[in-house]
Amino acid sequence: MNDSLHPKESLDFVYDFYVKMKKNKINLAYEGEITHQITKAFTSLTENNMNIDNDPNSVQKKVFHVMVECLQNISKHAENRHDIISSKDGRGIFLVSKDEDEYNITTGNVVKTKSVPDLKKMLENINNLDKEGLKNLYKQQMREGRLSPKGGAGLGFIDIARKTGEKLIYSFLEIDESNAFFVLTSTISREK
Amino acid sequence: MKVIKIHGTDDTPQVILDATPETPHLEISGRSLPEDVVTFYAPIIEWLEEYAGAPLGKTVFNFKLEYFNTASSKLLLDILLKLEDIHEDGHEVLVKWHYPDDDEDMEEAGQEYADIVEVPFEQVSYSID
Repeated sequence: MNDSLHPKESLDFVYDFYVKMKKNKINLAYEGEITHQITKAFTSLTENNMNIDNDPNSVQKKVFHVMVECLQNISKHAENRHDIISSKDGRGIFLVSKDEDEYNITTGNVVKTKSVPDLKKMLENINNLDKEGLKNLYKQQMREGRLSPKGGAGLGFIDIARKTGEKLIYSFLEIDESNAFFVLTSTISREK
Repeated sequence: MKVIKIHGTDDTPQVILDATPETPHLEISGRSLPEDVVTFYAPIIEWLEEYAGAPLGKTVFNFKLEYFNTASSKLLLDILLKLEDIHEDGHEVLVKWHYPDDDEDMEEAGQEYADIVEVPFEQVSYSID
């Protein structure tokens, strides 16, 4: 129990965390294993909140799409060393924030440093394409791509870019020689 | 042929594969984001493979999905490719792609499938409420 905080520190941490969540308008924050059950629980919770806020149907659908693909990116590519993303144990951090104008969905997970160049190349390629280009890439990947053993179709990032109509915002932070932390943020406008 | 009926859940679609000659009904509807897409769709693909051996005079296959994830999109293409095979063998096939009239993304998804597979394809809009 050496790592656990003392009661006072713990209290400060909780309050500090609360203030930061409020300040950044974060509705949902999670760190841990991303499973199918978690995916279902988070999407259902967010759907309920969007209904309460009267977000248009089209916005709700986009948020749902992006959440599922982001969460499955982490869960499906776990322990799959042959794939581009290989997050440790299918764990990651997941955040949903919302202000008057947009929803932001952010994921963070550990990837192998050696897979970073391919991942960057893929994301850059997606960000360089326009609507028509993304559509063609999606069709090509659906026809030619193969499902990974965990059911990843290599379509998730393309779908996120198409559904949001925005560029993917991402970064890689070095953890150590062989691991990096991959952060991806998708933005969905609340107007329409 | 045996009839497949799978009840829909919040993450798997309702599936009806019934090739009774007088009252055929082939339909996938609802939401599709199964935990394991390959396992979920395997019996459907197998059923179609068997059906392709002796299809009805006219095969009408209905897709009426509210939502599907990218992993499912690949399996939906596999189903359409099976239907394409039946069509290529000289049988009459019609794919009916139903989409909510306010859902452009679902309409576009249908158009994209229609572009990929060589099979008669009809878009049908419906209104929710």
